[in-house]
Parts: sequence; C-alpha cells; structure tokens
Amino acid sequence: MVPTEAYVILSMVLFAMGTLGVLLRRNAIIVFMSVELMLNASNLALVAFSRQWQGVDGQLFTFFVMTVAAAEVAVGLALIVAIFRTKQSINIDELHLMEG
Amino acid sequence: MQNLALIAPLIILFPSVGAFINFVWGPKLNERASAIIGSVAAGATFFIALGMFSYLTGNNFQPAIIDPPLLDGWLRIPSANLEIPWQQRIDTLSVTMLLFVTFVGTLIHIYAAGYMHGDKRFSRFFAYLNMFLAFMLILVTGNNFLMMFVGWEGVGVCSYLLIGFWWDKPKGEGIKNANAARKAFIANRVGDFGVLMALFLTFWTFGSLDFFKPTEIANPAHYEHLVHEDDSHAGEEDSHSGEEGDDHGGEGEGESTTAQTVALSTDTTVAQEGEEDDHGGEAAADDHGGEESHSDPFGFYVNNDHLTYNQLGVFGQAEKLLKLGEGETLDRGDGTQVGRTVVIGSWTTDIDTVVSLIALFMLLGAAGKSAQIPLFVWLPDAMAGPTPVSALIHAATMVTAGVYMMVRSNTFFYYADEVSLIVTIIGGVTALAAGFMALGQWDIKRVLAYSTVSQLGFMVAAVGIGAYAAAIFHMMTHAFFKALLFLGSGSVIHGMEHGHHHLHDHGHGAGGHGHDDKAHAAAHDSHGHDSHGHDSHGHDEKHDDHAHDDHFDPQDMRTMGGLSRRMPITYITYVIGAAALAGIWPLSGFWSKDEILADAWRAAIFDGKLSGYIALGLLLAAAFMTAFYMTRQVWLVFHGEGRHDAVKHVPESVWQMTVPLIILGVFSVFIGFVNLPSDPGVSSLGLEAVFGLHALTDWLEYSVLHAHVGAFEWLIALVATGVGLAAIFLGIRIYGGANPLNEKNEDPLYVNRGFRPLFVFSNARMYWDEAYDRLFIRPFQAIARLLARVDWDFWHDYVHDSVITKGFNGVAKILSQPVDNGLIDGTVRGVGRLVKGISGVLRQAQTGYVRVYAVALLVGVVAVVVLMLLPVLQG
Repeated sequence: MVPTEAYVILSMVLFAMGTLGVLLRRNAIIVFMSVELMLNASNLALVAFSRQWQGVDGQLFTFFVMTVAAAEVAVGLALIVAIFRTKQSINIDELHLMEG
Repeated sequence: MQNLALIAPLIILFPSVGAFINFVWGPKLNERASAIIGSVAAGATFFIALGMFSYLTGNNFQPAIIDPPLLDGWLRIPSANLEIPWQQRIDTLSVTMLLFVTFVGTLIHIYAAGYMHGDKRFSRFFAYLNMFLAFMLILVTGNNFLMMFVGWEGVGVCSYLLIGFWWDKPKGEGIKNANAARKAFIANRVGDFGVLMALFLTFWTFGSLDFFKPTEIANPAHYEHLVHEDDSHAGEEDSHSGEEGDDHGGEGEGESTTAQTVALSTDTTVAQEGEEDDHGGEAAADDHGGEESHSDPFGFYVNNDHLTYNQLGVFGQAEKLLKLGEGETLDRGDGTQVGRTVVIGSWTTDIDTVVSLIALFMLLGAAGKSAQIPLFVWLPDAMAGPTPVSALIHAATMVTAGVYMMVRSNTFFYYADEVSLIVTIIGGVTALAAGFMALGQWDIKRVLAYSTVSQLGFMVAAVGIGAYAAAIFHMMTHAFFKALLFLGSGSVIHGMEHGHHHLHDHGHGAGGHGHDDKAHAAAHDSHGHDSHGHDSHGHDEKHDDHAHDDHFDPQDMRTMGGLSRRMPITYITYVIGAAALAGIWPLSGFWSKDEILADAWRAAIFDGKLSGYIALGLLLAAAFMTAFYMTRQVWLVFHGEGRHDAVKHVPESVWQMTVPLIILGVFSVFIGFVNLPSDPGVSSLGLEAVFGLHALTDWLEYSVLHAHVGAFEWLIALVATGVGLAAIFLGIRIYGGANPLNEKNEDPLYVNRGFRPLFVFSNARMYWDEAYDRLFIRPFQAIARLLARVDWDFWHDYVHDSVITKGFNGVAKILSQPVDNGLIDGTVRGVGRLVKGISGVLRQAQTGYVRVYAVALLVGVVAVVVLMLLPVLQG
C-alpha cells in the first residue's frame, strides 16, 4: 500500500505547480487550468487523509470541490470568451482596467 | 315664560351667523339670497326682542342675567382676582334699546335690499349691516362695561367699514369716502380714550365692571309695589309711589296701568308701599320683617338686602359709598371695611371726585360716539356712506350708544353735579350749533346729519339735567323719525339718480329705461380717471352717472324742487318725519322734546339749577333752528318748481323702499304716546286710555334708578310749539315761492345782505373743520414733518447709513476674509488635501493586475499559516 506521505508530497508538488502557474503564466486559460490543478491537488490531499483516517468526510468534501470547480469552469470560461471578444486577447497582463 | 330670557344669546347669534354666511359665501349668492339672509337675521332679532319684552312684562320686570353657553368665564385671571363674565342683561332699559334698534334695523335691511340693488359688493354690504347689528346688540345687552366696550368698538369698526363702503368710486370720490371713514374712526378713538379711562377708574374703585350682579335690583323702590303686604289689600289699587313724590292730580289714574299689568300677569295681589323718599329695601324690610320681603311670591328678590357690598355691581356699590358720611365705613361682606376714601396710586381722594372723573371721562366717550362738541365733526362726513348706513348707524342706533352709556351710568351722573352741568352745556351748545349749521347746507343728507347731531345734543342735555328717561324717550322717537327722514332722503337721491339717468339715456337716443351699466362702466373706463388703479369694471350704475355730467349731484337740493308730485309716498312720509322732528303736536317728536324742555324748566324753576336755565335757553333756540331747517329742506326738495330736468323723470321708489317708509311714518306719529307726561289735559287726545301715562318712564324706572316722571307744562308746551310754528311760518315765507332760489341758485338768506354773513358762516359749518385743521391737524402735520426729517436725516442718513452700515460692513469684512475665508475654509480645504494625499499613496496598491493580487493573496495565506504554525514550531 502506498503510504499517505507519498500522496501528500504529490499533492504539495501539484499545488506548488498550480500556484506557480497562476502567478507566472500570462494566458488566462493556462491560469485557469493552474487553478484547477490547485483544486485537484487539494482534492488529492483530502482523499489521502480520508483514507488515512478511515472517514468519509474528506471524500464527501472532494465531491463538493469538484462540483464547485465545474461551476467555476463554466462561469470562468464564459468570462474568458467574453473578454476575448472585446479585447481580442486573453493575456491577463493587458487586463488592468481596475487600476487605482 | 320664566325661561324665555334664556334665548337672549340668540339675539347676538342670529346676525352673527347672517354676517358669517354673507362674508363667506356672499360672492356666490345672488342679491336676493343675500338680502333675504341679512333681513331674516335682522328680523329674527326683532322677534327675540319682542320675546324679551314679553318676558319682562310676564315676570314683574325681573331683570334677567343670561350666561350664554360656551362663553362662561369669558375673562378670568384668578391670580389677579379678576373675573369679567360674559353676561347679557335683560332689563327694561336694554329691552327698550333692543326693541327700537332691532325694529329700525330690520326695516333698514329691507330698505337696503332695494337701495343697494346692482352694487357689486351687495352681499358684503349685508354682511357689514348684520355684523353691525350683532355688535350693537352686544353693546346694549352686555351686563358689564367691558362687554359694552366690545360692542362699542365693534360698531365703530362696522361704521368705519360702511362709511368707506364706496372707497373705490372714481375721480377721487373714493378717497373722500375713505377719508370720511378714517375721520370717523379717529374722532371716535379720541372718545374711546375717555371710555377706557372711565372703565379703568371704575374697575380700580369698585373692583368690578358689572352693572348689576345677578339677583341685584337696580331700583328697589320701584319694585316696592310688588311686595305682598297684606291679603286684606287684595285687589286694591293705590296710587303708585313715584320716586319724586310729585303730587299731580292725574297721576294715580295713569300709573295704575302699569300696576294693573303686573297684577294681571302674575295673578297676585298688588299692594302699595306708602313710603316716599326712601331707598326701598330698608323700608320693605322694616315692614315685613326681614325674611318675608325676601321670600316674596314673585320668585325673586325685590331689594338688595340679601347682598353684601362686595356682591353688588358698580352702581350699587357707588350708591352705598356716596351715601356714606365723612369717616364712616361699610362692611364689604368679607370682614373688611370700605370708606369714602379711594387711593389711586399715590393720590388719595374722595369717592365724589372719582365718580365725577368717571362721569367726565364718560362724557368724552359719549361726545365721540354720540357726536357732541368737540368730537361731532365726523358725523356729517359720515354721510359719505350709503344712505341705509346713514340711517342705521348715524341716526338710529350707533350714535345713541353714548347716550345709552350715560343713562346706564345715571348713578354716576346723578351725583356729579358739576359734570352734569358740563354735560348740559355740551349738549345744549351742540344742539344749537348743529342746528345752526344745518341751516346753510345744500346736501340733503348733510342737513339731516347736522340735525342728528343737534338732536343728540338734546339727549345729552337731558342727561345733564337729570332727565334720564326723557333722554331715552327722545332717543327712541328720534330713532324712528330720523330713520324715516334718512330713508326718505335716500329715496329722493335714488329717484334723482334714476331721473338723471333717464334724461341721459334719452339725450343719447338709447331709449328705454337705462340700466345699461356696462356701457356706463365702459364710458367711464375711457375717461381713465381711476387714479388708483382700481378695477373700475362693474361700478354701481347709480353712482357712475357723474362720468357724464360733472355738475350733477343727486344729493344737492339745488337740483331738486317739486318732487312732491313725482314721489307722493316719499313726500308724505317725509313731511311726517320733518314735522315730528320739528316737534309739532301731536307727533312723536313733540312729546319727547317737550319732556326734555319741561324737565329743564322744572330743574330751573323748582330746583333752581343753573343747568336747567342753560338747557331751556339753548334747547328752545335749537328747536327753532330745527323747525326752520326742516321747513327749508321740505320746501326746497318737494315744493316749488323742479330746478333740474332730471326732476321730470323721477320715479317713485320700489316697494322695498316705500314700505319701510310707511311703517316708520306710522310709528313716527304714534310712538310719542308711549310716554305721555303726567297731566297732559286735552293735549293727549284721550289716547292715555290706550297707552297710559308715562308708560315708558315707569318701565325704565325698573332699571334706571334716577329716572323720574315728566309732567306736562302748558307754558313750555305752548312756547315750544309757538317757537316751532314761528320757525315753520318764517321758513315758508322765505322758501315758499315757486323757486325760492335766485337764478344763480343762491339761498334767499344769502341774497339778503343782512343775513349773508350768517348764512356763509352756517354754510361753512362754522369753520369747525378749518379750526381743527389749524389747531390740530396742521401742527400735527408740522410735527410729523419735523420728525420725518429727524428720521430721514439723522436716523436714516447718519445713524443707519454711517454708523450702522459702516460698522456692519467692517465687522462683515473681518468675519468674511480672515475668519471665514482663511480659518474655516482653510480647515475644510486642508482636510480635503490630506485625504487626497493619503489616497494618492494608497491607490498605488490597486494595480489592476490579477497576478499582483494573487501574490498578495499568497503572501497573506503564507503569513496566516506561519502565524498559526508558530506555536507548533516553537514547541
């Protein structure tokens, strides 16, 4: 049986990759995917701990996260499409209309 | 019957409601509705007055004091121990006033419905008339001086409003009317000062303003015959104890009429006190032993023994104080004593002096309201008002208020001999002077105005010689025949205007009977004389004729003549009124004037009073003037040939105007018989069987303590009649021709060189107005101008412009520049800049780049996690 630590380490790696993706990439789609990566990293950690402690709470919570993520994807993609239609670009560095 | 007096408040309420309706909804009502509301309200008061009359006769002349609902405790200041109730007094004096005021008032309302036809403020006129009536009835029925004063001022205001009713007439006439109204108001204001001073003195001295308190009897001696003495006297009629005790043969017979009325109406025995010269209460108490005189069969007290000093009204208190000897005192009823001494501020004086002062101030008030020298000048000018107003206010009702007040306060005047002498002189001189001024007037109403002043002088002189009942009697007869004369003159004026109108319409080929006032208004507008910018549209047709003929004055007797053929009803009634005024036997004026003259004669001969001689001399001369100027007027107006073409087209007036004339004419003939003197012999035409002898005086004596019965003096009657007839004869000799005026329309007296100065003097109204102009108005204006200069040069130019304005500007500069602009604005602006600066720094953080926010988020999360893990890491 794979020890729980391995799952947690993988989860940390994935989360770090997602975080770096969000912070460093310019393409909004990639940023979005990185966010998904972070969510799934946390899912992995939840499921791993769930197995470790023999409880269903973590698995249940995972489903919630996946549902919310699906909804987020729907809304987020729609926004990105709308932004692309107006600006002909999805480079997030070009989107700084909220500048103070 | 006992409760009949309770409807007394309605007598004020009805005209008030009528006035209210016409004020508020007047413009929406048509003439007919306005006139009906006004006249019905006035007519209702007359019927209530009749009710009051029957209440008194049915209840042994028991005075009633009515507290109307809702007005309880009208004026009450507990801390100052001041309480003046709103009470109406129904006694014989007030009911006498009520009867003729409401009767004449009602007729004048009806008359006005005809006279004011077509006026644009028709309903407003009726509102004023009703309001006037309401105030007059407050004046008359009030049981205290303050209520009387409320009515007094109220009628003054209404008089002002009505004199100036045509304030918007064109060509400066409106201004004249308004000035006349102001003159009346201001002259009365001078008199009101006197009334107020009299009120203050009365209140200070007696601590009350009530004439009489409830259950108080004004004249206990006069009620003595009601006291149930002994059953064996049942049905026995004895001669009534006249207060004077004059033993006239016919007196007993006549007096019993009143006594019989009492006996029949109460079904009680009438017994007679033999006592004379004693002020009733005590004699009654002695004879019947205290209690019995109180628990009388009439249900009310017939004397004042049950009341302490404090419980008496002002007149009762005054009577008691004035009878006290030097140094004597009287129990007030609360254990304290009261003496003759009165302390007013730092001035200590005797009650005699105070009463004289009160009487003197009242005389000033009466001189204002009843138009006596020196304040009479307003009344002739008051003729600027519409004729019904002249009749209602300035002949029959309001001007009698002063005389009413003096008669009501007869106690004060009775004991103030010197003041009474002044009263006599004022009244007599006024009667003579006004009679003289009436001789030379051309305006038909002005003659009557001076005649009114003159007749009021008769009344005032009567008060001066102590003939209080005679004063009221003359007031009453005068109300009828003077109202008749005024309404007759109104009828003439109305007719002349119509005649002139007719003439004018024919002259322009318009044809028909001209009522086309629109055309007139238009014609008038084009003249453009309306200097005050009033909307001249819709002026009363009657009063716009002047626009076409500047020289025609429908009130000028020089344009009249021969009207007797054109207006027979007006003519006959006018002659009756004139003859009554002139004192021709047996018309009403004869009896009342003769009673005053006979009283003056008796005061002079029997009492040796100086005032009697003065009154007799002045009033006889005035009577001569009266007959003369009335003859002159009747002949100038109604006889001879018409002096203007308008006369040929004069119609008789409408029934609303002639019916009141006829009614007043009948009353002017017969009203004198209500107060036949004692022992009239054949002169009364045997009518004492119907009216009784001195019925009015007997009736008045229940409320007028010092009234006394007048006796017939053949000598005086013959002399007075002779004087009157001589004046009429002389008048006819002078004015009797086909056209008494010469071709320049000059008076025969003027043409005659001997009389010319007199006529000029009379025509110029003895230069009273000019004298007042010199003595008062011009100095007043000079002072006013001086003060205006002080005001302008000193106060405006220097104080205001220099001191105040500059000071203000200086302070304002300091406040505005350094303080407001520098300090306050600087603070506000500083705060703004501070906020702007901080925000400029802070907004740098808001880059708009998502990544920056994400880094911030990450850093935050890491920081939170580190903070949470810190205790764990530390062990």
